[in-house]
Amino acid sequence: MTIHEYASRNDDAFTSSTKVAPMTNSAPAPALSFSGVSMVFPDGTHALGETSFDVRPGEFVTVVGPSGCGKSTLLRIASGLNKATTGTVTVDRAHLGYVFQDPTLLQWRNVQRNVELMAELEGIGKAERQSRALEAIELVGLKGFENKYPKQLSGGMKMRASLARSLVLEPKVFLFDEPFGAVDEITRERLNDEVISLFQRKGFAGLFITHSISEAVFLSTRVVVMSARPGRIIADFPVPFDYPRSPEIRFDAAFAALSGEISHALRDAHA
Amino acid sequence: MSLNVSVAADEPIVDPGAPASSDRSGFEWSRVIGPAAVLVIFVALWHYMHSDGMRRFFDKPGFLLPAPETVINDAFLNSLARSKLLTGLGWTTLVALTGLLITIVVGVSLAVMMAQAKWVERSTYPYLVALQAIPILSIVPVINSVFGGGISSRLFVCVMISIFPIVTNTLFGLTSADVGQHDLFTLRGASRRTRLFKLQLPSAMPAIFTGFRISAGLSVIGAVVGEQFFRKGSKPGIGIVMENYRQKGIYPQTYGGLILAAGLGIAMFLVFGWISKRVVGHWHESARKTT
Repeated sequence: MTIHEYASRNDDAFTSSTKVAPMTNSAPAPALSFSGVSMVFPDGTHALGETSFDVRPGEFVTVVGPSGCGKSTLLRIASGLNKATTGTVTVDRAHLGYVFQDPTLLQWRNVQRNVELMAELEGIGKAERQSRALEAIELVGLKGFENKYPKQLSGGMKMRASLARSLVLEPKVFLFDEPFGAVDEITRERLNDEVISLFQRKGFAGLFITHSISEAVFLSTRVVVMSARPGRIIADFPVPFDYPRSPEIRFDAAFAALSGEISHALRDAHA
Repeated sequence: MSLNVSVAADEPIVDPGAPASSDRSGFEWSRVIGPAAVLVIFVALWHYMHSDGMRRFFDKPGFLLPAPETVINDAFLNSLARSKLLTGLGWTTLVALTGLLITIVVGVSLAVMMAQAKWVERSTYPYLVALQAIPILSIVPVINSVFGGGISSRLFVCVMISIFPIVTNTLFGLTSADVGQHDLFTLRGASRRTRLFKLQLPSAMPAIFTGFRISAGLSVIGAVVGEQFFRKGSKPGIGIVMENYRQKGIYPQTYGGLILAAGLGIAMFLVFGWISKRVVGHWHESARKTT
């Protein structure tokens, strides 16, 4: 596995080097690591305070926090879409999944060709990407809709196609930027089941952004709470429930207690 | 293999192709009756103007506006006049289509360059606007001396008149791709070329075809207008044939030519609407509604 280390400083000098991941028997190397990452936009907005945390293989970390606290910025920095003002991110970008708030499907491509897109841009051969796309489409439950165009799909189905598009890259790290904010509650819960089932099957490390505490607790192995802008981590809750998680755990007393604690931490974050 | 195949199926499926909407499968009389009624009123008015209106309102003889049936009889049912007019229409069509083709190649290329580099857009756009503002009549002498006053002069007029909508629509289309879609391409380090061919051009298609359709109509106008000024050569278009008839005082054929020229413009517009529907109709929202 090649790990690219991206480092940048205030003067925006951007250096990159390749190093071998240090492998120890006890704790696996983080799949995604933020160290001292902060972000000040050119207009002076201090979006993200110095933030350091790791997402290890097998972890599913959800970040909750007030609007504008730099949660999405964190993902954009991890993926390389934005450069951090300070700090370093360590991640294998060749196997990085990324789902945006909007499905961002290409309207002129049907589901099959949309799902192939990332593999196509990566230069993966036609036969290979077609078979990977078919598998991903089946995994997200869109079998039979391969030839439909985005305008023929519901919001939830578009999100499924968007998930499948990232799966084709066989991600080791999967970033989710509030992907289910725009779908109705029932669809959102179904898509949550879907994400858990993908997480279990594919074994990627997940980093998920949401406003919904219940979604955060339901999905994650860990919930991280960020403060208001400039965002920094103010609390970190392990989630004790085993996978697979039944939708029923949402009504569990322990689930409610943990949600309550996170809600309190979030209230402090707004203060 | 899949755990959740059934899940997707309970979600509402929005399929505009489904025959549920009545306006696609059902025939609506109101769409035909309205235009037909307007046509009947128009023809009746025309007839009245010929028989009485011209003299009464304009103090002009009625033969200057021949009756509709005279136009049909003399221009379309008379084989000599018909063949003269149709040959003229053929040349005009050839000039309009060739002009349109040149316009498309030049206009789309220019728009692509403008979308690739802001400085190209900044330096050329004012001149495109200026080109729009130049009255053709004022540059007739220049065109005459450069292109010789024959068919190539008419092509130049076509391109000059029809290029603006193609450039602006293509440019608008190329820059209209969603920021999130651009992010996708950035994530995988896509080159400018990949971005152009896989993102910008496909997403620009509906706008590009809107430009084609507007320019197709303008190209016909350009071809006919060009014929008014540039009559050299052995390829007389419909405008020249009409002018010859008018100079001889043969009015029914002149009006017949007018009808054919208008028909050509409409036909070009419809053909491009149809092509547009074929190319982008299956994915683009509004393509279904136009034409």
